Formats: sequence, C-alpha cells, structure tokens
Amino acid sequence: MRDLTEQLIELVRRTSTDLSPDVQQTLEQARAQEDAGSAAQSALGTILENVELSRRNSTPICQDTGTPIFYVQHPAGWSTRKLREQIRAAIVEATQKSYLRPNAVDAITDKNSGNNLGDNAFPTIHFEEIEGDELIVDVMLKGGGCENVGAQYSLPNSQLGAGRDLAGVRKVVLDAVQKAQGQGCAPGILGVAIGGDRGSSFYASKEVLFRKMDEKSPDPQLAALEDRLTAEANQLGIGPMGFGGKTTVLATKMTGLHRLPASFFVSVSYMCWAHRRRRMIVRGEEVIYE
Amino acid sequence: MKQLTMPIGDDAIRDLKVGDPVLLSGVMITARDAAHKWMIETFVKKTREARGDDLDVYEAIQPLLNGGAIYHCGPVVAGLDSKQYKFVAAGPTTSIREEPYQGDVMRHFKVKAVIGKGGMGAKTLAACGEVPGVYLHAIGGAASLIAQTVSKVVGVYKYDFGVPEAMWVIEVKDFPAVVTMDSHGGSLHAEIEARSKRELDRLLAAML
Repeated sequence: MRDLTEQLIELVRRTSTDLSPDVQQTLEQARAQEDAGSAAQSALGTILENVELSRRNSTPICQDTGTPIFYVQHPAGWSTRKLREQIRAAIVEATQKSYLRPNAVDAITDKNSGNNLGDNAFPTIHFEEIEGDELIVDVMLKGGGCENVGAQYSLPNSQLGAGRDLAGVRKVVLDAVQKAQGQGCAPGILGVAIGGDRGSSFYASKEVLFRKMDEKSPDPQLAALEDRLTAEANQLGIGPMGFGGKTTVLATKMTGLHRLPASFFVSVSYMCWAHRRRRMIVRGEEVIYE
Repeated sequence: MKQLTMPIGDDAIRDLKVGDPVLLSGVMITARDAAHKWMIETFVKKTREARGDDLDVYEAIQPLLNGGAIYHCGPVVAGLDSKQYKFVAAGPTTSIREEPYQGDVMRHFKVKAVIGKGGMGAKTLAACGEVPGVYLHAIGGAASLIAQTVSKVVGVYKYDFGVPEAMWVIEVKDFPAVVTMDSHGGSLHAEIEARSKRELDRLLAAML
C-alpha cells in the first residue's frame, strides 16, 4: 500500500491556509451587498484580505485550526489501520510546520499533548469502503468558537412553540442563529440534521457541511427551507462579527435522518466564515487536490 | 482612526466611543481560559494557593497589565524548539467565556483594554465603567493579518498551560480593532442582541 503521508500534509496545508473557491466567492458576494463604508463591509474586507495573505504566505487563515475531521472513502483492500497511522503522522508534521496549532487538550489533566494527537477521536477519522478504485479523503478544520455555538433541540419545544414538523425545525434553527450572535465568527454556514439519535444527528449536521455552497438538498422541501432559513437568518441583522449588517448566514445545508418514534432531534452545527474543507482524490499514481 | 499606545491613560479611554476604529501599539499579553481562571483563583479570590512560579509570574505581569491590554488569543507560534518565537497566526478567540472573570481581572490589575471577539456581557461592561476600560473587537479569523502586526514576541509565561493557553507577551504595531464596549455604558453587542431578539420574535410569530 502506498504511503500517503506527504500528500496528506499537503492536503492539510491547503485546508488550513486557503479557502475553497466556492466559499471565497460567497464572501465576496456578501461584501458587495453590504452598505458601503459600514462596519459589516469593512469586516468582510479584512476577512478577504486575510485569506489572500494566508494563501500567499501559507499561514493559517485562523489560528484555531480546530479539530481535524477526516472522512476517508477507500476501495476494498486498503488498510484503514495504516491510513490512520499516516493521517496521524501527517497531523504531527503539519503541526511542526505551523499549518496547525497544537489543539489536543486532555480534558481530565488539562495537558496539551503538544503534537495535536489525542485519543482515537483526535483527529477524528471516519472510514468507509466504496466501489471503484479511487481513494477519496475529505478533511474539515472546525474551530472551537463556532463549535461552541452549535445546538441540539428536542422537539416539541414549548418555549419556542416548535412542533414536530418542518415549521418547528425552522423556529429552532432561527433561535440557534439568534443565540449564536457573532460568537461563532459570523457570517456562518449552517449544517442542520433533522432526526437520528443525539450522536448520529450531530454527526450528520457536520457531514452536510461538505456540500458545495450552491449545492441544494436533493429533497425539494428541504431545499426550499434552506433558502428560507438563510434569508430569514439574515433578517436578524446580526451581521459579520455581530457588528450588524445584512449577512449573518452565508448558506444553510439540511439533511434528514430516520428517528425513533419517541425522539425528534434537530441538530445545528455552525461553521464559521473560515469554512475550511478540502478533498483529495488518489487515482492510481495521480493525486488530485480539489 | 484613533491611535492607542500601552500603557493607556484614563483620558484616552474616556475619549473612546462604541464604533471607533483604533490602532494599538506597544506591549500586550495574551490570556484566555486557563490564564483567567489562574489569575482569579490564585490572586483575586485566593481560593487556590500560589505555587511553583506563580508569584514570580504575578510580579512580572503586574506592571504590564497596569494600564495595559489583555488579548484573548491562542496563537500559532513558530520556533517553539529554538525559542526564537514568531507569531504565525494570531486572531482573537471568543471572549464571552471569560465573562465570569474579566471584570475582576480588570479591577485587580487596572487593565484598560480587553481585546477579543464576539463581545462580553454586563459584568465586564460594568468594569469598563469603573476602571475605566474598553472592549476592543478584532476581526475573528483574520489570523495571518493580525500576526503581521506583532513585531516581536517579548517572552512567554505559563508555557505549561500549552501553546494556545500560555501568556505571551508581545509587542504590536498598529494592531487593528473596533471599540464595541466603552466606558460610558455603551455596548454594540447588547444593542444587536436586543434588536435581533425582537426580529426573531416577529419571525416566530409568523405562520410558515
């Protein structure tokens, strides 16, 4: 089996120091629509200037390089044990090179491991065997500021008047955005999962963030709700950094899961504007970075 | 654009109003969750006995914090092995986690400026009025850009807290921020919070 450590370091470098074109474009559109001379427009200007500088110097866009979350889809015959070792080695090296901040803190002793390795969930690695002969590695760097403002609701929620239907889902998602204010580095991207158990629901709310910015849910009902939630979240007027303004949310991504008859969870993962996620495809000798 | 140089005098602080853009120059200290908990428990509430280098660090940071600035930041630092430290990425972290501690830290050390992102609450706002002090909002995620304003890493205390949590003493030149909480009771965050809540209530009352 091929050693992909070097390629994985490069994937992490690109993820930490450069935004995907679709995210960058959405931020540019947001800057254009904010009022000229407003604090909101100025914040977005600084954000875009920083992205440009980070790309040029290969330095992290944000110092909180987050929990590295990997989704690996592999053809039959690949050793997930070896892939895990290579990913962990790449994380250590990327930290040495200052593409990542040492972020793994033992919750009991408070000790930072210093090399970004923690238990089996740090970095988080999901494996899935797929048909075909391509290896696909997706990585997401999600910082703690936006992770902290994520929320999970159990419906019905009488305080918000939210029942077990899409109308109820709409209410709790808007509530989560209002509670987050600018804390999660607005303008954010919302990953919303409806259903599942508490664990699978949060997991799906992050996975859905891998969709392209202009990619809609294949379910027309959810696709319509995605657009509506983005528009209504922007009516809240929280704006970039919570300075006030037209752009509070850049996009909403929704997915549905099966649930138990007794449970109806809505999980909201808030992704900051520095939406760092990238894909690498290994096809024979060729390695493609999307 | 107003220029602020640490240590900052009371008049310069009282002159600042919500919405003012500022450029900071001079020495500041990074402090976040572990550092705030440590300062409060060891020196303000004294619920924990000073041990190890605690008292030496206290002596060293006191003059820097008097009239000085605390930056809520956990940087990416190069040169850890050689100790030739350089800030590579250094944007602000979310400030609200320090809300239980910040006001008391400001009063105890006479801290005049707290820099972070996302804003803080009523306790910190009250301290801003008393000390007097201000809360300055830096652009969250603008880490490479802000790191370029760090001209020198003067030193580091409490390195055993880990790189993000350690107290880094840095010299900055034209560090950009905006006043979002002032010494006259003004808070942009309280204002946006209230306005967005009214809008939320209106949206929730509407039929789907």
